[in-house]
Amino acid sequence: MEAIQITNILYLISAVAFILGIKRLSHPKTARSGNLLSSLGMLIAIIATLTYPGKEFDFTLILAGVGIGAVIGAIFATRVQMTEMPQMVAIFNGLGGAASAFVASSEFLSSPNSPFIIVCLSVFIGSLTFTGSFVAFGKLQGFISGRAITFKGQQAINAVIALLSVSLILAPGLFFDSSMYSGYLNAFFVIIVLALILGVGLTIPIGGADMPVVISLLNSYSGIAAAVTGFLISNNALIISGSLVGASGLILTNIMCKGMNRSLANVIFGAVGAESEGGSSDGKEMNIKSYSTTEAAMILDAAEKIIIVPGYGLAVAQAQHVAREVAESLEAMGKTVLYAIHPVAGRMPGHMNVLLAEANVSYDVLKDLDEINPEFEDCDVALILGANDVVNPAARHDQSSPIYGMPILNVDKSRTVIINKRSMNPGFAGVQNELFGYDNSIMVFGDAKDMLNDLLKEIKEL
Amino acid sequence: MQIDIVSLITIFILAVFVGNEIINKVPPTLHTPLMSGSNAISGIAIVGAILAILVDAGDASKYIGLAALICATINVVGGFLVTDRMLKMFKKK
Repeated sequence: MEAIQITNILYLISAVAFILGIKRLSHPKTARSGNLLSSLGMLIAIIATLTYPGKEFDFTLILAGVGIGAVIGAIFATRVQMTEMPQMVAIFNGLGGAASAFVASSEFLSSPNSPFIIVCLSVFIGSLTFTGSFVAFGKLQGFISGRAITFKGQQAINAVIALLSVSLILAPGLFFDSSMYSGYLNAFFVIIVLALILGVGLTIPIGGADMPVVISLLNSYSGIAAAVTGFLISNNALIISGSLVGASGLILTNIMCKGMNRSLANVIFGAVGAESEGGSSDGKEMNIKSYSTTEAAMILDAAEKIIIVPGYGLAVAQAQHVAREVAESLEAMGKTVLYAIHPVAGRMPGHMNVLLAEANVSYDVLKDLDEINPEFEDCDVALILGANDVVNPAARHDQSSPIYGMPILNVDKSRTVIINKRSMNPGFAGVQNELFGYDNSIMVFGDAKDMLNDLLKEIKEL
Repeated sequence: MQIDIVSLITIFILAVFVGNEIINKVPPTLHTPLMSGSNAISGIAIVGAILAILVDAGDASKYIGLAALICATINVVGGFLVTDRMLKMFKKK
């Protein structure tokens, strides 16, 4: 057998390890071993590469690069708080895009005869993913306003940049001959700059509540960039792994869009959550009943079945641990406590589940939308912690509402709805929530963590 | 290594179908670890990065390869570690 065949078999083994690794993610019990299997697959791919026949590697430089990357990666991974996972994934998406763009650039500079269209596609997707992800990170971290930032002619500018990029990717292959290397090189650099600008331009008009979609989409792009780079350097490992990640990101994007009943185009170009959109303060007076935590504790005392609905506010307040303590003391009083998790609650797919897992909440009491909605019919108290748009009944009946048609948690079917919010500011979609004015709704204002701490004390004193 | 483009496309399309099948079976509760885990897998660009850092490669090509290697290693190491940290927390009582 030729040496190169052994290398390729090792790549195949690593691809199989990735596939089986992801497959084990189908259940929390097997998931951890799946992740271990995937990381073994990566190790095999790296060993296969380092022993690649006929290549003389600069091992000092490789060791330096791996060392620097491993230290930074390990610091990120061990320091990041669970509430900050969306930011972390955003950064990793960006770095994944950058890595592919760098590989393609390096390949182009060392062998100018590389297929120009593939070089550019890889560099284009990678660069766009890079800046797009860092804008998403900035929004999540609060460095940039989480609101949709829009200006006149924004979409026209993006369209022009996109069109220009496509023509630059295609044209040189048609009009230049192989002797015009400097022409190719110039086109290559312009494409990088255009892609970097387009990444910012496409992400900046997307509001905070739509971040789950954006992060999933950028996740997909980082995979696609790797797959395209795989075509460029004819490497199966990159093609297979890249397309797995690309498919994963697209599936999550699709699930998130369904969770909001919006098309992908509407999320990307709709600019929902812009500053000017507060149009729903249309003079409808709401009768808001503000209660103290003492009164809330008394209502909970009389309840038998309680459903907790966490949202982004819970993450911001870092209130997941005290929420679990409240749930436990209610359970100790013989009550049933469940958690309702909306697919787009939080800022990335599965955000709430990770937070509650961190707080030591058993995963079998976390119920998704379809599972939990029938449960609200005989629920005594729905306790809403920092969720807003995902519980707005207007989505069911108000055709003029921007969230009309979005599948929501039917919390209003519960006997009493207790809503904890910091203030009466509308949610990220910029929509006032009519639920707050319902007869069976009461509001308890305050930071989720402080409110729950007070509530915990009150419950223990009952 | 030059492989015929059609076989590369074949591999690509089949991998997309496999991805579709297995990822649809991941429950919503594990969607965040799925994303961070796939971040780690997209760090497979590390293979391309290493292949760019050759003794006889030009400086530009080599150092751009180094940049790729650093980014990809952050993804691989950070992605797998943080996913493990998360999955450790998923418990059933």
